[in-house]
Amino acid sequence: MPGPLADMTILDLTQMVCGPYATKLLADFGANVIKIEPPGGEPGRWLRPFQGDVPDPERSGSFAYLNTNKRSLVIDLKNPASAPVFERLCRKVDVVVESFTPATMDELGIGWEFIHHAQPAAPLVSISNFGATGPYRDYRGTDLTLYGFAGEMYTMGIADREPVKMYGTAALIQSGAAASTAILGALMVGIEQGIGQHVDFSIADSHFGGNDRRHATAIAYEFSGKRSFRSGGSGNSLAEGTFPCADGWVEFTAASQRLDRLADMLGNPEWFNGPKWTAPGAVLNPELVDEFNGHFYGWLADRTKREIWSEARRAKVLCGPLFTVEELCTDPHFVPRGFLQEVTHPQMGTFTMPGRPFSMPASPWELRFPAPLIGQHTASILGESGYSAGEIEQLKAVGVLGIQS
Amino acid sequence: MSHLPLAGLRVIDFAVVWAGPFATALLGDLGAEVIKVENPFVLQPMTRGASRHAPPKELLSRFPAMRGGFPNSDPGPRHWNYSPTMVQIFRNKKSFTVDFRQPEGRDILARLVARSDVLVENNATETMEGLGITYDWLKSIRPDIIMLRMPAYGSAGPYANARALGVHLESVMGHTALRGYSRLDPSQNSAIFSGDYIGATQGALAVMMAIWHRKKTGEGQLIELAQAENASGMLYQAFMDYSLNGRLSEATGNRSVQGIAPAGVYPCRSPGTVADGGDRWISIAITNDQEWKALVKEMGSPAWAEQPDYQTNAGRLAAHDEIDNALGGWTKEHDDYDLFHSLQSLGIPCAPVLEVSRAFDDPHVQARGLYEPHELHDNVGTFRYMTPFYRFPDTPSRIVQPPVAFGEHNEYVYKTVLGVSDDEYERLKAAGHIRMDYDDSVL
Repeated sequence: MPGPLADMTILDLTQMVCGPYATKLLADFGANVIKIEPPGGEPGRWLRPFQGDVPDPERSGSFAYLNTNKRSLVIDLKNPASAPVFERLCRKVDVVVESFTPATMDELGIGWEFIHHAQPAAPLVSISNFGATGPYRDYRGTDLTLYGFAGEMYTMGIADREPVKMYGTAALIQSGAAASTAILGALMVGIEQGIGQHVDFSIADSHFGGNDRRHATAIAYEFSGKRSFRSGGSGNSLAEGTFPCADGWVEFTAASQRLDRLADMLGNPEWFNGPKWTAPGAVLNPELVDEFNGHFYGWLADRTKREIWSEARRAKVLCGPLFTVEELCTDPHFVPRGFLQEVTHPQMGTFTMPGRPFSMPASPWELRFPAPLIGQHTASILGESGYSAGEIEQLKAVGVLGIQS
Repeated sequence: MSHLPLAGLRVIDFAVVWAGPFATALLGDLGAEVIKVENPFVLQPMTRGASRHAPPKELLSRFPAMRGGFPNSDPGPRHWNYSPTMVQIFRNKKSFTVDFRQPEGRDILARLVARSDVLVENNATETMEGLGITYDWLKSIRPDIIMLRMPAYGSAGPYANARALGVHLESVMGHTALRGYSRLDPSQNSAIFSGDYIGATQGALAVMMAIWHRKKTGEGQLIELAQAENASGMLYQAFMDYSLNGRLSEATGNRSVQGIAPAGVYPCRSPGTVADGGDRWISIAITNDQEWKALVKEMGSPAWAEQPDYQTNAGRLAAHDEIDNALGGWTKEHDDYDLFHSLQSLGIPCAPVLEVSRAFDDPHVQARGLYEPHELHDNVGTFRYMTPFYRFPDTPSRIVQPPVAFGEHNEYVYKTVLGVSDDEYERLKAAGHIRMDYDDSVL
């Protein structure tokens, strides 16, 4: 069964994390993604973790995850002789996606005007740190700095310490997911209405406009002047935060309106009975919270995180155990659901990675092939664009295809 | 006439809390007509508010801002229309009310299903089954319907009915243990909801893909997005390191997962303290030796920074703690925005860690028009709301409907979409289906 996007061709110049995740989501659902890499491969091939911890552009676990179902074409865009090749590639595609700095495409002589002329119905989606306009247009950024600026990081952590970010490059992955909707939207407009347009996707905008708390803290301030503070730490409100248990940690959120469920989870103990617990504001009353914690920590210490979650599920209490990746990869719920996907890579061998982000039975996610080797598909893609074997040799000779032979 | 990609499509919104409602907001931003189905006899949990009753005014100050920060610090006559927790993701939607638990209400819902393309929901799995709003039922009315379900852990399996917010499914997926301070236990952190963001965006993506498939084949389908599984992409490095090297990742705080040093958040000259939101911080991520050299020069070439060990990444990584201390000693004498501009002019990635009130004043945010004023219901005032992040010059995405009030589009949905007669409308109103507020029986 072909994926839903099997009729779409994407010319993908993105690098590193955000852009490649966006195009991976589309490639994994069938889109024909042509990944243009510079000679030697894109810098994302040097991202950790490496198999066996040995840096090698063909053994990056990051690249292997972010570039499934894409084909690689090496072309030296800094070589002026590459422009006609790029132009011919553009004529075959439905969208071009890039994540260089906003000035780069024009500097390379293949900016919006060039692409629009080559293929009027194809949009160009440009993914950048701060967007293509505004005073910070050319400013640099990383997962840390962009999230700290635009996401709700100021309120993450404890008062005594600096704000702390999410794990790894989570913020760039979120922006990549958001960017995938912009790419697909622009694609639909291009194919159905024949309108190619230059879409400006800003990673910073996507966090200012995201729904992990910043939407709520911003409007709360705008409405009332109330600010949001960094007040991490657990157990200051009734059953709210991350608590230790017999074999690790569990997360709870105060069941402010449903103390009946919390009581049920705890086995309806005598001490948790009475009107004082349901009085307005009780869950925030420090004396009551202390009294509650005196019992709650003991109850948790007697149980494992799986036992606690089982009781919480029975009583419909908001709770989640803190699992490790190892526990997930052997979990009796997730493993049988097919959450992990096995992949066989020509150099890295066979391993697993998180698979489908959602399931669509009529037009399914599919791992058709692993992340490409550097320039693995250069000849076949050029062939599809009408280049003969002789012409490809000529392009090689003038350095358009880099040092690949 | 050009139009947005999803123009002409109708989406029924049964979504709750943050993940589902933001997915449908994005579909609305892209041109779909999104219709929230609301029930005057049932308060959707953590969506229109915690209770039909407004939180007591005297307690508001004890709530965190995102729960207690109502317009002008007053819950007002219909607090569910301007809950700060939710209101921003009610843009570009319509709302109508019906008690879909009653047979005639269910009939109204069926008539809407017949005229719709998509239904989105992210309730606990058993909730929708209990209401009888299943894919099979939808399909019996509208054979090519697309249904997006976004359960926390999937609609089958041992965890199917676990109650969860983003913060809980992130714990389960391993994020909570990995996103804290290094060397501090995970209880020393804050609840976040990053899964709501990635789940929402990919929920919208899934619907768009299913629409594309339906355009080509005429076929609808049931999409399942288990939010926990979906969130795993955010931790892909941890999954890959375990898969390839058998290693379990640890929390690294603000440091680079690539091992590039230094990367951190450093104190700046502050007009206040953490208690009043006046503490200032700058994030700095050095990504190569040249940037380090430029930073050292900008600091006035202090001896600590010029030592030979620190001129390579390996040396800086080994001395990360010492560098953090010394660098923080320098940054704290400076204003965060001054440092931002001076370091960026040297090509160093950095930015202030913005307390949200300052976002409204940032010149870049203003130049890009990220917030724009709209008037809300009940004369609560004109406030600035965030705009869609889609920048499509030829098919612009904008706020065409400010955050929607409960039941704001009753007339439109009943009369224009469903073709209900004036008489029937009055009868349904008398029966309690059509309201702008909750029934007194609701707690």
